[in-house]
Amino acid sequence: MTNLIDIKGVIHAYQTENGPLPVLDDLNISVPEGDFCAVVGPSGCGKSTLTRLIAGLMKPDQGEVWLHGEKVTSPRATVGMAFQNPVLLEWRTILQNVLLPLEIVPNKMTKAQKEERGRELLTLVGLEGFEDKRPSELSGGMRQRASLCRSIVHKPDVLIMDEPFGALDAFTREDLWQTMHRLREEEPFTGVLITHDLRESVYLADEVVVLSGRPATTQHVENVKLGGRTDLEVIYTTEATDILHRLRHQIEIAQGRAKSEEAA
Amino acid sequence: MKHWKQIATPALAIVLFIAFWEFIVWVNQWPNYKMASPSDLIPAYAKYWNLFLIYGWQTLWRTVVGLLVAVVFGTLIGMIMGFSRTMRDALYPLLVGFNAIPKATVVPVLALILIGHHDLNTVLIAFMISFFPISVAVSIGLSTLEPEYRDILRALGASKWTIFWKIALPKTLPEFFGALKVAVTLAFIGTNLMEIVEPHGKGLGHLFDSGKINADYPLMFAVLIALAFLGILLYYIVVGLEKIFAGWAERPQS
Ligand SMILES: Nc1ncnc2c1ncn2[C@@H]1O[C@H](COP(=O)(O)OP(=O)(O)OP(=O)(O)O)[C@@H](O)[C@H]1O
Ligand SMILES: [Mg+2]
Repeated sequence: MTNLIDIKGVIHAYQTENGPLPVLDDLNISVPEGDFCAVVGPSGCGKSTLTRLIAGLMKPDQGEVWLHGEKVTSPRATVGMAFQNPVLLEWRTILQNVLLPLEIVPNKMTKAQKEERGRELLTLVGLEGFEDKRPSELSGGMRQRASLCRSIVHKPDVLIMDEPFGALDAFTREDLWQTMHRLREEEPFTGVLITHDLRESVYLADEVVVLSGRPATTQHVENVKLGGRTDLEVIYTTEATDILHRLRHQIEIAQGRAKSEEAA
Repeated sequence: MKHWKQIATPALAIVLFIAFWEFIVWVNQWPNYKMASPSDLIPAYAKYWNLFLIYGWQTLWRTVVGLLVAVVFGTLIGMIMGFSRTMRDALYPLLVGFNAIPKATVVPVLALILIGHHDLNTVLIAFMISFFPISVAVSIGLSTLEPEYRDILRALGASKWTIFWKIALPKTLPEFFGALKVAVTLAFIGTNLMEIVEPHGKGLGHLFDSGKINADYPLMFAVLIALAFLGILLYYIVVGLEKIFAGWAERPQS
């Protein structure tokens, strides 16, 4: 199978008042079609920068980002994005918020078809009956669910998520992890998930990429194989805990708190 | 029931205010050249009602036109400053300086430049005095738009114009209406300033002036009240528009 996302030798620096700030340094990530790739790394190492590069919102100084065998030079309608902040528009109802991308992305759907699509998705994430509510009438977790629906309503090939569950409490977060699995069963997409939560990365992703501290390079790639299980208990199996241990260790290396084997 | 209360409460407040005013004048035995009482105003309105209609209309339409120009121009300037950091840095001191000039000094200058064009003069002053808060509100609204709001549309390839129309503009509306309420009052000040400082026989300002010349004190007070009435009228029209276009920003009362 081909890689849907190919990040090849990406180098990027921000121009700041104190000169250039190197953020990404020779970053390489490949995600096969249909896979979910979690990206973890120390705070401020350049993860959000990476999402902006994949989405085509910025161009890297050097290196290339490829989606579907095409080099990314500008934003494209085949990408969906979700952020830590659900950014729902307060002057629209939940359903109207979910349908927003369909007003931008060219499509041949009728108004009724769009509405049906939106309602279907909202039902899938458990928001049936909230279609006509305002965002302020929903809880944080519900808003994030609506935001997820919006990010995939136009059937993107690639879903990019920047710490989408970061602001939620532990139980709501686990609920949303399961919702995420349900969405993946119904909607085929390739995903990039930025997260600070190692358990989240192991539960949701097919591979976990650990980035080094700033400037970030690909430090470690962990393949997660949990036999296709999607129940929460799987996090507590020995396979999962082994992976968690290895990831934990890699994060400590990335933070400079532990020595890598090669260096030792 | 709720609706009824919404009208009854302010109406009662106005009645109480008028009663208090009448009472104060009566208790102090003030002559009407010192302080006219509400009952003195009734004959003034009865005598000059047609003048009030004609001059009131002149004041009103010139204020509204000035305000509309202020909305268009103020929004444009606000957009330019909101979208471009450089333009904001460049225009801000100019705007602040312009706003700081007391408009009473601009009136004679303007009257000289555009001699004879009374309507234009008056509209221009109403505009000049009222566009500043609108510009500031729009520019702040646009420049403080969180980047994520832009990115959810930009990531799909939406144009700048689409982002403005679908996100930036509606998100700025509450600030815009807040500024518009201030601008309404300012525009009235502008119109009357021109009518009184450079009298040209038009508007409530002129009626006020003729009251002064003829020592018709109740008439002067009657003009003040008429101005207040027009001000309230316009203000509530703006509140109505705000309810329609930015009603979502209102917190539900609990
Ligand atoms: N527009 C910008 N201009 C200058 N520097 C920036 C800009 N955006 C981010 N940075 C800097 O680049 C570095 C990486 O930022 P980025 O947001 O990609 O990190 P992150 O890994 O997402 O952090 P976090 O884990 O806190 O979300 C940070 O040090 C940040 O201060
Ligand atoms: Mg980030």
